[in-house]
Amino acid sequence: MKTGIVVFPGTWSDRDCAHAVSEVLGQPARYVDHREDSLDDLELVILPGGFSYGDYLRCGAIARFAPVMEAVASFANRGGLVLGICNGFQILQEARLLPGALLRNASCEFRCEWVNLRVEQSESAFTLDCRPGQLLRIPISHGEGNFFADPQTLEVIERNGQVVFRYCAPDGRVTAEANPNGSLRNIAGIANARGNVVGMMPHPERACEALLGSVDGLEVFRSAIHALRRVAV
Amino acid sequence: MRYRAEVFVTLKQVVNDPEGLTIRGGLHALGFDSVTEVRAGKYLVVTLDEVDTGQARARVEEMARQLLANAVIEDYRIELKPESPSPAAGDSRGQSPSPLVGDGRGGALPA
Repeated sequence: MKTGIVVFPGTWSDRDCAHAVSEVLGQPARYVDHREDSLDDLELVILPGGFSYGDYLRCGAIARFAPVMEAVASFANRGGLVLGICNGFQILQEARLLPGALLRNASCEFRCEWVNLRVEQSESAFTLDCRPGQLLRIPISHGEGNFFADPQTLEVIERNGQVVFRYCAPDGRVTAEANPNGSLRNIAGIANARGNVVGMMPHPERACEALLGSVDGLEVFRSAIHALRRVAV
Repeated sequence: MRYRAEVFVTLKQVVNDPEGLTIRGGLHALGFDSVTEVRAGKYLVVTLDEVDTGQARARVEEMARQLLANAVIEDYRIELKPESPSPAAGDSRGQSPSPLVGDGRGGALPA
């Protein structure tokens, strides 16, 4: 799985992603500078977490205009796999590659904690190895992860099965108490209609080794490997 | 012509505004009981050179749509004014502009 990890000024989770992909999973990975304009050598592009361009104006608003984003858009439109994590999710929404927006957490607090996610569908490229209803324990670390979409958009993404992950209680129930940021319908991650682009607030790259407290994040990356094999066959 | 555009970006009314709610809570705690709502937003001042007001407004509208506001969650309002100083205008005190000319050349000395 030839993986590119995009680095903007202010990106901070790029090395965690590179470690998970190359050291833990043994897949080839390289960093992609925000000024690059070709991603032709890649099969998976990750937009990692951080505070690109200082989160000025809005999270992801400036990163969206970086030269590499045009390449990301055409890569995604060709069916390439794109995973936006945390700030990467915000960037994908600003670029309109994913619907909705992420507002300030309802609590106005930065939340850095373990959450439970319920996998809502196993059609997307990043949940292929999961079964619907499966629980994943993955950490979050954000101040603006409060998912919002207007009622019509929300209806469309629910109907299309584009909701990929929801925050849930340890027993899998989707409750208000399990919602760390006020996201509508506890939404933690969504896919585009085609399923090759996924954005999620939790950090799967930080849950890939038992030493770190969970290996559930591996499911996300292994699914991508599986999805690429499926295309190749 | 130089223009100064003030751009006010606010969350749409249907979007929950936790920052505004928190500020309202603070005002209530200070005893400002009459406050029913606070909406937080951004205030941007854009200075630009354009040929006329119509062109300047069109450009700032474009900026707001493309970058300054996110149409999914935000509304914006633009106030545009020419920035070039206009020597004839602005002096409503009825004073002659001559003191400026005479400044430093003995005008302040008693006759």
